[in-house]
Amino acid sequence: MMASSYNAKDEDGHITVTGPGGGAVLRSKKPENTAFKQQRLPAWQPILTAGTVLPAFFIIGLLFIPIGIGLFVTSNNIKEFEIDYTGADTSSPCFNCSQNFSWNSTSPCTCTVPFYLEQPYESNVYVYYGLSNFYQNHRRYVKSRDDSQLNGNLKSLREPSKECEPYAYHNNKPIAPCGAIANSMFNDTLELFYNDPNGTSVKILLGTTGIAWWTDKHVKFGNPGGVDSNLSAVFQGAGGCWSLALSNAYKRDSTRSSSSDRLSVSGTTKPLNWRRPVYELDSDQSNNGFVNEDFIVWMRTAALPTFRKLYRIIGKSSQMVPTLPRGNYTLEVVYNYPVRSFEGRKRMILSTISWMGGKNPFLGIAYITVGSVCFFLGVVLLVIHHKCGNRNNGAEISN
Amino acid sequence: MAGDTEDPTAGTDNAPKVKRPRKKKKPKETKTRTVHANTLRERTKGGEDPNRHHANNRIKTTKYTLLSFLPKNLFEQFHRFANVYFVFIALLNFVPVVNAFQPELALAPVVFILSVTAIKDLWEDYRRHRSDTEINHMDCLVYSRAEKRYVEKYWKEVRVGDFIRLRCNEILPADVLLLSSSDPDRLCHIETATLDGETNLKQRQVVRSFFDLDCDFDPLKYDSVIECEKPNNDLNRFRGYILHRSGSRDALYKDNLLLRGCTVRNTEEAVGIVIYAGHETKAMLNNNGPRYKRSKLERQMNVHVFWCVVILLVMCLFAAVGHWVWMFQYGDERPVFDVLGPEGTDLSPVMSAVYLFLTMIIVFQVLIPISLFVSIEIVKICQVFFIHQDLDLYDEETDSHLQCRALNITEDLGQMQYIFSDKTGTLTENKMVFRRCTVAGVEYSHDANARRLAMYQEMDSEEEDCPSRGGTLPRRDSVTSHQSARVVLRSHSTKSHRRTGSRAEAKRASILSKHTAFSSPMEKDVTPDPQLLDKVNECSSQMDFMRFHSQHVSQLPSDLADVLDFFIALTVCNTVVVSSPNQPRHKVRVRFELKSPVKTIEDFIKRFTPSRLTSGSNSSSSSSLATSRSSNRGCSSLLSSPSAESTLTKLREERAAAAPPCWDERPRGPEDGELRYEAESPDEAALVYAARAYKCSLVGRLPDQVAVELPHLGKLSFELLHTLCFDSTRKRMSVVVRHPLTDEITVYTKGADSAIMDLIKPPDTGNSKGRRQKKIVSRTQNYLNLYAADGLRTLCIAKKVLSKEQYACWLRRHLEAETAIQGREELLFDSALRLETNLQLLGATGIEDRLQDGVPETIASLRRAGLQIWVLTGDKQETAVNIAYACKLLDPEEEILTLNADSQEACASLLDESLHYIRAKFLCASSDQAAKAFPGNSAPFEMYPSSSSSSASSSHSSSPPHGAPFLVHRLGLVIDGRTLAYALDRSLEDKFLMVARSCRSVLCCRSTPLQKSTVVKLVRNKLKVMTLAIGDGANDVSMIQVADVGVGISGQEGMQAVMASDFALPRFRYLEKLLLVHGHWCYSRLANMILYFFYKNAMFVALIFWFQFYCGFSGSAMIDQWYLIFFNLMFSAFPQLITGTLDKDVSAETLQRLPQLYVNGQNSEEYKPYMFWMNMIDAFYQSLVCFFIPYFAYADSDLGVETKTWTWMNWFSIFFSLSLFFFVSLCYNASCPSCFSPPSPYWSMQRLLGEPLFYLLCVLTPVAALLPRYFYRACRGTLFPSRVHVGRQLDKLPAETRRNLLGLGGGAEPQFLPLTKPSPGGRGQTREGANLYAADPTEKDTLPHAKGAAGLRPPAEPRPPPAKDCERPDEAPEASELSASGWLTSTPRASGVRLALPPDGDPHRVTYRGDSGAEPSPGAVL
Repeated sequence: MMASSYNAKDEDGHITVTGPGGGAVLRSKKPENTAFKQQRLPAWQPILTAGTVLPAFFIIGLLFIPIGIGLFVTSNNIKEFEIDYTGADTSSPCFNCSQNFSWNSTSPCTCTVPFYLEQPYESNVYVYYGLSNFYQNHRRYVKSRDDSQLNGNLKSLREPSKECEPYAYHNNKPIAPCGAIANSMFNDTLELFYNDPNGTSVKILLGTTGIAWWTDKHVKFGNPGGVDSNLSAVFQGAGGCWSLALSNAYKRDSTRSSSSDRLSVSGTTKPLNWRRPVYELDSDQSNNGFVNEDFIVWMRTAALPTFRKLYRIIGKSSQMVPTLPRGNYTLEVVYNYPVRSFEGRKRMILSTISWMGGKNPFLGIAYITVGSVCFFLGVVLLVIHHKCGNRNNGAEISN
Repeated sequence: MAGDTEDPTAGTDNAPKVKRPRKKKKPKETKTRTVHANTLRERTKGGEDPNRHHANNRIKTTKYTLLSFLPKNLFEQFHRFANVYFVFIALLNFVPVVNAFQPELALAPVVFILSVTAIKDLWEDYRRHRSDTEINHMDCLVYSRAEKRYVEKYWKEVRVGDFIRLRCNEILPADVLLLSSSDPDRLCHIETATLDGETNLKQRQVVRSFFDLDCDFDPLKYDSVIECEKPNNDLNRFRGYILHRSGSRDALYKDNLLLRGCTVRNTEEAVGIVIYAGHETKAMLNNNGPRYKRSKLERQMNVHVFWCVVILLVMCLFAAVGHWVWMFQYGDERPVFDVLGPEGTDLSPVMSAVYLFLTMIIVFQVLIPISLFVSIEIVKICQVFFIHQDLDLYDEETDSHLQCRALNITEDLGQMQYIFSDKTGTLTENKMVFRRCTVAGVEYSHDANARRLAMYQEMDSEEEDCPSRGGTLPRRDSVTSHQSARVVLRSHSTKSHRRTGSRAEAKRASILSKHTAFSSPMEKDVTPDPQLLDKVNECSSQMDFMRFHSQHVSQLPSDLADVLDFFIALTVCNTVVVSSPNQPRHKVRVRFELKSPVKTIEDFIKRFTPSRLTSGSNSSSSSSLATSRSSNRGCSSLLSSPSAESTLTKLREERAAAAPPCWDERPRGPEDGELRYEAESPDEAALVYAARAYKCSLVGRLPDQVAVELPHLGKLSFELLHTLCFDSTRKRMSVVVRHPLTDEITVYTKGADSAIMDLIKPPDTGNSKGRRQKKIVSRTQNYLNLYAADGLRTLCIAKKVLSKEQYACWLRRHLEAETAIQGREELLFDSALRLETNLQLLGATGIEDRLQDGVPETIASLRRAGLQIWVLTGDKQETAVNIAYACKLLDPEEEILTLNADSQEACASLLDESLHYIRAKFLCASSDQAAKAFPGNSAPFEMYPSSSSSSASSSHSSSPPHGAPFLVHRLGLVIDGRTLAYALDRSLEDKFLMVARSCRSVLCCRSTPLQKSTVVKLVRNKLKVMTLAIGDGANDVSMIQVADVGVGISGQEGMQAVMASDFALPRFRYLEKLLLVHGHWCYSRLANMILYFFYKNAMFVALIFWFQFYCGFSGSAMIDQWYLIFFNLMFSAFPQLITGTLDKDVSAETLQRLPQLYVNGQNSEEYKPYMFWMNMIDAFYQSLVCFFIPYFAYADSDLGVETKTWTWMNWFSIFFSLSLFFFVSLCYNASCPSCFSPPSPYWSMQRLLGEPLFYLLCVLTPVAALLPRYFYRACRGTLFPSRVHVGRQLDKLPAETRRNLLGLGGGAEPQFLPLTKPSPGGRGQTREGANLYAADPTEKDTLPHAKGAAGLRPPAEPRPPPAKDCERPDEAPEASELSASGWLTSTPRASGVRLALPPDGDPHRVTYRGDSGAEPSPGAVL
């Protein structure tokens, strides 16, 4: 009896079969009459017909159009100036630089690009550099970094993660910011000069801090050896006890190729394409090493092949004078970064921002479009509703 | 074998120890099993155990052991293709060149899914293990040779060859060959309820060679060898023989075998030897786990999963080619962002494209929804849970509710197109009520009986009015409480004793005596026909007189003799077991003489010496009867007095004292109602009860004799020589008895009229007797036809007197047949055929099988739901037709095609004619379609019209316009079994289907179980439709198994159908809710869920795909790998699960009221291939929107990679997932800046949330993305509203309005919607109205004001428009004008309140047309 009743139990899974054996157990199997078990939970059931959807369409339409207009206006109020200094054209001032420049060149090439601002830029001006056709989102590229190393982990400094390959070691020395992202860091130097109408050119002060996310700078990135350690010492391996510890780590790791060489070598090396080691990125200690903001900004990879990255901030100097008055300017570029090989483009962008970010008319236009479409469809539905709604209902029910 | 009469332990002391070399052991691979007693082996210590090859009794139903769990479970899980696929992808991640994610991370979802399944399996296995242990540790008495007595052992220690002693009410631990029984008849009664659910007792006999053993069985003396079949799962077969030391053999039958799991009843003690143990027992072999059926939806889904794979491959290929092109354009010079391989190797574009292809498969894996399969399983379990919990599917009378035995085909319930139903027990209650009979050509109409039955019906309906009366708690413990309950009841009732037939009482009675079937008083109390009763009395008194004067009985007038014979046949010719009611499992023993049935010729010669007439006053009546009490339900005086506990002797005195003529109002039947009859089929019981009403009561049955009590004659004992059991081929059963009065060997045969009538001895017209016989036959045939026309089940009763020579001749061959081992069944069958010839017709009976409650309504609404209902029954044609009319399967207005053919050719021509007829009659409808379908008589016609022609066909006429694939005319088809056999022939089956499917209803009578399943198979395979078979008996099992969904009715005929079914219902009418509501829900829920899964994943993948255009097809995703991997598992799984479990598109009430909504599922409207593609396209569109809006918004921006994780995410998960996502991503983004592999998304979320742009995008993107979908839906909702849509609108209406509307909607069949007729004030609300509210409190929840309004006003009163206003009030009259005209065309016959469905924007407004008062006339409509 048990054997067979067991199976029934097994099969239905939910009811316990009370075997009608000798005792005649009479436990009622009556289900409970609860709203949940009888599937009578209160519910809201929207029905999609022209009639019910109509108001929603109109409301959305009426909401979106003003929002869109607002966004559009806001976006239009944002001033933005963009200049391409790639030097692809022969006429371009940077043509020469772009032509005979590669990663391996040693002498910097400088070119100046003049431009004219038609409007004064009132508030803080943000200077961006923009790259086109640069696939920072390439699958292998994106992964080619060691966050642990960037966070200041000493062990990772000495032993970059495998993700960094093949930019992990050079000459058997670990590369200090390892990986392809760091290796390809943007290294043009942009300087702005305002050409006064009276002929003098004034260098514009470009703020180097505040361009990276606070969290990146203070949490995600960190220099090895703590905030106040001597960076060059740390990166060169001249430090104290930690290098000893690291050499121990090497011993353990002796299976790796040519590790015997590494034992003798201490310190790290700069990425291949870099001119300076990482501890010489900036003279300011708080902006040097891995926490250099330019570096941090670069390390946050862009999602699309055409992107811009914040380069400098031109702080508003006083209430009276616009930050960038109308007039002639010169952009002085230390042309270090080759993009011609992959048809890339380099731009310099000056922009103010509003509450909604940079200039982007698209969102406003999109809102207006969607709103109008909604409104239009609402009208269509209204027509449909009054032409057909009733007839169909009647006919259908009668079936 | 001699022994003493002490208990076996004592007997062993002086038992001679006989040692005997065992028979040579057969080779292991023989087809038989040899069983030796273990007692022998114990004696010969060291000898090898001859039974060692047989399984022991330990059962182990678990699949795994501790060690084997992991490998075995994994192995089983990998049988599922999807799992292999996902593991493959996860492993692919470990290949460095192609990996897209962190390998460990990629494993996570697969591991999660696998472990969830594994834990589920483990839990189930553990439960099995626990129950196994419980069973294995049950105790039983096993004979131990060492201790020379029976000792308690665990079940698991029982081995083949052990001797087991069984006591009353014990459960059998193994299959045991019965060797001894304390029963003087050497019988053992077992209850097989756990095997087949049949609650009646079955008799098992001691093996014949041990039969004469006077003493108790002594295992030590046993030294025979048993040779029997290998273990098999046939419960009804056991063959073998027992070899005695003496060399003699005895055959073994299934009657000797006690099956594991059965319970010993009525037998103090029995001893047997274990033949099969443990897993080799028949019960265990019959235990096959739940069957796995794959539902139609799942099949469709699998096709689409396949398409998903194709899409996936295409996308990957595209990406790979794109990557190649991208690589190619850079030429030899590698850009700085194109990172070399980890080893610094430079890959050629082609190679990297190949690698990328694999990478893309990993990235796009989400397209194949890993969690879909798991989710579907979870959702189905939840659905099953809710179906189980449905109060409406609970039957209080039997305390049973619906059982889902197949877990994975719930949604198929919503897609049924054909229903094949059994009749008896399914449509009808299978409670047989004796209605009338004809004896010797004279009809006895039993008018009083008919009146009595009518009264029950009346009372049933009254009972429903005042449910409080039935509210007394069921009591079952003691007799006194039983009575008091009844007394209480009676004091409330004005209808005194007749009330006993009410359902509440029946319910109580059935609870009181749960073990006894067929106990309703309706079946038991038969009011005898006075005429017939007089005849019986007259006859028996004459007999008595003649016996007294030792005259020969043949001098009795033949009509009177026939009457007596008729009743004797009714009483004797059955397998009914008599028991007393207060001890339902104790057999009434009225034994006159110990005698075994005739088994040998010598025995026969020896025993057929002068007659032994036993008088009824034999005092050997058993003590068990003495304790029986009078439970006369009809007589209150008896009840109130303590003397109700009268003894049998007292009863007998009463009976003797009772004068024959006082039969009028109170039949004496109930007084001897202490005897309870347990029959294998309800017909038998009904006949026995009927006979008892005429004082011919069966008082005892033993294997060799039947005790019958006759008026005046007292108790007669019929020597039972043979019982030729009923089988469905012969359709009759016979008993061979020795008539105690005439001392003749008489064969009584009872069977279907078709079976009997052919066997009637052709009357010799020469003499008067022959002429009389002829008259009887023809008259009886007339009455039979009449009965059948009344929808009664007919049985013919016939007899045959055998001379001793004839009998001896037959007996010789019969005994040969019985002892044969090979082909015994066939031989016995032939033997029965030889006996049952040249019968003399006695009479016929008409038994009514009442329709179950709600059957006509259920059939009507199922039919309106577009289901075709076929009834396949074994009943005769007339009966079946009448039942079909009664249950509204056939409509008196519609024409009926009846196919009865005697030959293949006739059948063919009949079918052709029918086709012609249909064509001629309905040709006018659509000539085009018809011409196509019926190009000519001889020409091979196109069987299955193409979709174009079918759509043409559906446009016309009254046939359901939902596009059933072919025309259904208002025609009924009736076909009988013989014709069906011809029609099912391969050459004719197409034609048959052609005819059948154009008929509205099909009725197959006289069909065998095999035919039933053939028909189902044929329809299922040829018409490609979803079929449901419903039945209750063993004869429906094959049909149930063949159909897509098998439904068993857990009714009176045991559990075999239930065991084979996917769903078990207590009553037929629950089918309506099961299909219309739960089926619909399950289907639409699951369909939507699956579509949503596809859509969701396609959308997700498409997003990534678009991104590939912007990342050089490098296979990177802008979505962080964590989101990517857990997208399906965490962020988007729950809304679907909830939807899949709880979503209701239309309320249950509306679904039941508007069965047309069911068509939705039949046509797979929720899940069509085009919908899959539409969803895919929509997904692509939406992903485009979702990708490009943020793309342009963020174009040229400096935000990080993760930015876009977002905007799309929000709108496919509802709040929970959303918040989960926020929570998780916030945590994830905030935790451990460097733990996660590059690129770590540290803090990007927080950053993102700080930007207003993000929120703007969040608003815009979904709106833009969902716009087309909503617009499409809304347009469709308005322009081409589906039925479901309308149903949902109806749901929104206030309940009262809806009721009226629904009433109108069903105008074609107003009788099923009583709500059409508004009740004119007065009591305000109809009962249905009240029920309606009780049944659907959703309305209370959602529309409280509506409830209030409806509660206050009489339904028909016109209501002013509720507060909610419409948008344009001036449009309203026009609108209702429109709809009114719509009504006129479609429901010309509709009566009642005329109202139009209000325009959409205003679901509450109702406009009444015509007379809105209490009595609207149909004329007012126009």
